[in-house]
Amino acid sequence: MSGRQIGDVILDLQHISLRFGGVKALTDISFDVREHEVRAIIGPNGAGKSSMLNVINGVYHPQEGRITFRGEERRKMEPHMAAMQGISRTFQNIALFKGMTVLDNVMTGRITKMKATFIEQALFFGRAHREEMEHRKKVEEVIDFLEIQHIRKTPVGRLPYGLQKRVELARALAAEPSMLLLDEPMAGMNVEEKQDMCRFILDVNDQFGTTIVLIEHDMGVVMDISDRVVVLDYGKKIGDGTPDEVRSNEEVIRAYLGTGH
Amino acid sequence: MLYREAGQFKASYAADQQIFPIRQDRVGVLLLLAVAFVVVPMFASEYWLKGILIQFLVFSLAALGLNILTGYAGQLSLGSAAFMAVGAFASYNFMLRIDGMPLLLAFALGGLMAALVGIAFGLPSLRIKGFYLAVATLAAQFFIVWILTKVSWFSNDSSSGVITAQDMVIFGYKFASPQAKYLLVLAIVAIMALMAKNMARSSVGRAWMAVRDMDVAAEVIGIRIMYSKLLAFAVSSFYCGVAGALYAYAYLGTVEPEGFNLDLSFKILFMIIIGGVGSIMGSFLGAAFIVLLPIFLDVLVQDVFTGMLPPSIASNLQLMVFGGLIIFFLIVEPHGLARLWQIAKEKLRLWPFPH
Ligand SMILES: Nc1ncnc2c1ncn2[C@@H]1O[C@H](COP(=O)(O)OP(=O)(O)OP(=O)(O)O)[C@@H](O)[C@H]1O
Ligand SMILES: [Mg+2]
Repeated sequence: MSGRQIGDVILDLQHISLRFGGVKALTDISFDVREHEVRAIIGPNGAGKSSMLNVINGVYHPQEGRITFRGEERRKMEPHMAAMQGISRTFQNIALFKGMTVLDNVMTGRITKMKATFIEQALFFGRAHREEMEHRKKVEEVIDFLEIQHIRKTPVGRLPYGLQKRVELARALAAEPSMLLLDEPMAGMNVEEKQDMCRFILDVNDQFGTTIVLIEHDMGVVMDISDRVVVLDYGKKIGDGTPDEVRSNEEVIRAYLGTGH
Repeated sequence: MLYREAGQFKASYAADQQIFPIRQDRVGVLLLLAVAFVVVPMFASEYWLKGILIQFLVFSLAALGLNILTGYAGQLSLGSAAFMAVGAFASYNFMLRIDGMPLLLAFALGGLMAALVGIAFGLPSLRIKGFYLAVATLAAQFFIVWILTKVSWFSNDSSSGVITAQDMVIFGYKFASPQAKYLLVLAIVAIMALMAKNMARSSVGRAWMAVRDMDVAAEVIGIRIMYSKLLAFAVSSFYCGVAGALYAYAYLGTVEPEGFNLDLSFKILFMIIIGGVGSIMGSFLGAAFIVLLPIFLDVLVQDVFTGMLPPSIASNLQLMVFGGLIIFFLIVEPHGLARLWQIAKEKLRLWPFPH
């Protein structure tokens, strides 16, 4: 790891339980995330990993539990509020805006920072024009950072899978988040693409100090890039600690590592 | 001059974000505007101005309105004609009941009333999508026409709800000649089209498209879905409302609520399907196509194939051709004429070396 300093707890989850009808997706889960760290969530299929991310950014509302973000306990929070507070994410199944170009997709990432009203935008005058230029500049920086300049004007629907994943990361980064939630950013990628993605994630963490919560199936990757790991199984937490601690945890080995993942 | 972007380097984001980044396109559009504003009023016959061009412009504006809602924001609507009716009847009443009401303000207020009604009927879109939403807008279509017919106050107690639009006077000048009417409509439509384009390339437009393409992700990014959808209904209905006012004041003169029936709503929907869903230019192409096709077919039947087609086919030719075209575009080219035009331009850009 680099010279970045891991800070205090920025997100604290206490006794989170989430049910869908009779299905217990999450049961009494507690863990925290520290500022600037890379925190991985692992577990077999259906363990509740994606649900956990959805709880963090307000897509799902747990029936029980407390969530404290930046020292403030939050009640029911809608996703756009989470975005306002600096939480961005990518999705397990790519959720790009298919009909729009790469540039437009990434520009949407800055939408919470745009203040001009739609009337100003219709006249494309004053603040609307100025904002468009300022944000374009920022977006171009992200595009350069992720090395996708050449596909800037391409509709995302036409891009191969690996590049789409990268564009999705670009869209999340464009918001300059303080916390980035990544749901299996490397799933379905070939080795080179995975290496690129790993490099980008570490660079983001290192250069911008972004706190990262990451779901990943590739154990090699997880052990390489994360500071601490939470292990879920059937909606319960069965392990929590540094990669080495988790790797030697009996229960984890039985539930997860042993199954050939 | 060849159609090329070679040698046109963009030194700033402002230059890259122009409406028409390629110089030849800019020149083309300016030429088109010059022709529309100067050449057409000088040379076009009264029949063309009154019968075809004004109608074309009004329908373009309505199609633009529907395209904002359906093409950009992804909310299907079968109520466009009803929102046009609200615009027409509201403008009429503002003119009628408020002394000294300026004409353009009456049109704008007519549009605003349509926007309010649009928001009301857009509320179901917060819960339902696609087919079910289309049915909800269908209810708006029938309800609005019904209430405008039923409540005679709206038509100043005329029989069967017919209204006769007041004269169009702005600053003492009466827009009575076909040329004057045409230019007034053209100016309004050109300005509103420019505003639509500006919205489409700004964050409102991106928010609409984001909600259209993937609403969960849009919300997670920080887009307020409810605001975005209702704004699309409002802006779209505003455009339809102004189009309705122009339809009554500049094109028909006299109109009844039934003039804004479901047939008209479908006609506008066909315009955007044929012209191009989610394209400003497509709205114009589609309107031109649907206004001109019947005229073209009439000429074909009467002058070219005189007496050769059995009357049963001749009288239904229009419906058959429309039906065929709609199916063609839905299946083969969902992005309509606008997309075909774009493909042609892309080919031209590379011509004569296509690699
Ligand atoms: N919206 C929902 N409605 C009903 N059940 C759900 C919903 N979302 C998740 N679940 C259920 O919650 C459980 C956990 O699912 P989740 O997607 O969080 O697992 P996961 O760990 O991300 O799995 P995977 O590795 O397959 O992505 C599953 O049983 C799933 O069926
Ligand atoms: Mg998952």
